[in-house]
Amino acid sequence: MNAMTKTLMSVAMSAALVSTGAQAALSDDKVKIGVLADMGGVYADICGKGCVAAVEMAVEDFGGTVLGKKIEIVSADDQNKPDVGSAKAREWVESQQVDVVTGLVSSAVTGAVTKVLTDAKKLALISTSASNAFTTKSCSPYNAHWTYNVAALANGTVKPMVQAGKKKWFFITADYAFGHALEKVATGVIKSNGGEVVGNVRAPLGTTDFSSYVLQAQSSGADVVALANAGSDFVNSLKTAAEFGLTEMVDVAGLLVFTANAKALDPAIASGMKLTTGFYWDMDDQTRAWTKRFRQRHDKIPAMGQAGAYSMTMHYLNAVKATGTDDSETVMKYMKEHKPNDFFARNATLRNDGRMVHDMYLVRIKNASERKGEDDIFAIEKTIPGDQAFAPMLSQCDFK
Amino acid sequence: MKINKLYLALFIFALIAPAALYPVFLMKVLCFALFACAFNLLLGFVGLLSFGHAAFLGTGGYVTGYLMMHTGVTPEIGIICGTICAGLLGAFYGKLAVKREGIYFAMVTLALSQLAFFFYLQAPFTGGEDGMQGVPRGHLFGIIDLADNMSMYYFVLAIFIFGFWMIHRTIHSPFGQVLKAIRENEPRAISLGYNVNDYKWVAFIISSALAGLAGSTKTLVFQLASLTDVHWHMSGEVVLMTLLGGMGTIFGPLLGAGAVVAIQNYLSGGEMGNYVSIIMGVIFVVCVLAFRNGIVGEINKVIKRNFGS
Repeated sequence: MNAMTKTLMSVAMSAALVSTGAQAALSDDKVKIGVLADMGGVYADICGKGCVAAVEMAVEDFGGTVLGKKIEIVSADDQNKPDVGSAKAREWVESQQVDVVTGLVSSAVTGAVTKVLTDAKKLALISTSASNAFTTKSCSPYNAHWTYNVAALANGTVKPMVQAGKKKWFFITADYAFGHALEKVATGVIKSNGGEVVGNVRAPLGTTDFSSYVLQAQSSGADVVALANAGSDFVNSLKTAAEFGLTEMVDVAGLLVFTANAKALDPAIASGMKLTTGFYWDMDDQTRAWTKRFRQRHDKIPAMGQAGAYSMTMHYLNAVKATGTDDSETVMKYMKEHKPNDFFARNATLRNDGRMVHDMYLVRIKNASERKGEDDIFAIEKTIPGDQAFAPMLSQCDFK
Repeated sequence: MKINKLYLALFIFALIAPAALYPVFLMKVLCFALFACAFNLLLGFVGLLSFGHAAFLGTGGYVTGYLMMHTGVTPEIGIICGTICAGLLGAFYGKLAVKREGIYFAMVTLALSQLAFFFYLQAPFTGGEDGMQGVPRGHLFGIIDLADNMSMYYFVLAIFIFGFWMIHRTIHSPFGQVLKAIRENEPRAISLGYNVNDYKWVAFIISSALAGLAGSTKTLVFQLASLTDVHWHMSGEVVLMTLLGGMGTIFGPLLGAGAVVAIQNYLSGGEMGNYVSIIMGVIFVVCVLAFRNGIVGEINKVIKRNFGS
């Protein structure tokens, strides 16, 4: 009898909990999305205004409202500075009712912003940051990291090269969080596949004269010179390598190359280079159709982070709609339980640690004769299944 | 009497301001105002243009951040330690810098602050480009939880008033009179028997310690110490704040800091976001060309012309 009552009680209580959950509805009677990115600096092309456009597009495709309430978007420039970004994010969640922050480019900014958001129990949807810290050593139940990370880049690009017999590696690394993380992960992949790192050199972010670094690489006796940098650093270091004839002597591997960077390079220098990406616009009909619509808003071919920003915003809004609330924990739980599936997210799942695992692509930069137009840059060589590209989940980051 | 009423009005305004304005924004203004006031003590009252004050702001910030994160001290101890370290660094830098004058003084301070910048960039405990993230605000005296923005605001206000009072006291003391004498006519001060370099040195130490106090407080407010605080841009920004508000006036730096922080805050979000640095540059040029005494300096002039005896 007693047990019976207890059971009844617990059923009644859980029913009450479920119903309050459904009635929780939206805080402040709206869903407000903040897009934080570098709008005018070195990383403006890989997210920036394009990310804002992608989020706007997602909201519009969703219908502009969720649960009968308006979806608002605000955006701000973080100038690639952690203090500027975290102050902005704090202001958004404390005084402007922002529910979720997306965009997020520089790993340094993302690190600071995710700490603020976790304290405020708000979600961070990371589209373009490379560091794997947000789902490993500083993981949080409020982080979702889309698109790619350094582990996927290293596994995708470095591993096949080492296995093909390129055993000796030399690194030219961007001297900050992202470069260090990329070098560390890539070094791990090289060593576990029987290769060795014969040297490394660190160049400050925004270096224009790479000649001394390239000369060191040249005299190191390496089979492969890896460029663990991004954006204009990548372009400048590769150009210098070509001028010194390094590209003819050894393989030069760009570890993080965005389509805009590859487009800016002379095909004579860059063609044949293999790299890993999370998205390419000209992959199939689905991506081409999305790209066509994207270009009506923002006339550039979409970078992978911009496509990721659309995909993650859509998944978030779907979760809000299905759960009937914008409560961070409930929405995140739904996002992890239901697989995202769209033009970007193929064979995708959002793991409990917040890492979105999906197919990555090993691509080759086309040479001049192969290209049919100025935006025809990559040829897809191989699809890398998500579980091979990304590192396994750490047990301490297994947030249910 | 008139001035006392002004102080009272400002104090009441500061007490009720967080009801209308976002407290973190107000705290940012107060931190930069204290920083600019400390800088103004040197530029406005001794006539020394230091181009390396960011080093003290950053040192205060990093020391406090490190202590708060790794030793679990209470915030007031963290801030005091940050201030002392900035003061010690100021004592060392100042000793070297006051031997030179004018442009050479500015260059020496700039060079020394770049040394500090490089140290903080490379030192493992600062986190390099990432900065020191997630600094806890802690409990004041072990009791009051500063995670609440309101209690943090009144704590910052108390610190600001203390710093402001320190500067006010310094300027109006006999020591401050000597500083002004040095500014007006250094050879004459020497001929009167004052050891000018020692006076400058002490003023430099006070200024750098207060800049460190501002940096320590700022770290607690934003829970972050970053390279921005030690970068030479910051040294330039404080010059702008001081000149815009009115160099050599008591309230000038306060107003200048408020104006600069407000412009940065409210423009960065909107369409004008990309042009913030251009707008600041134009303001600087207009300020130097049209009203060299700064906002408060010009107001003072008008008051003197119309009401002064």
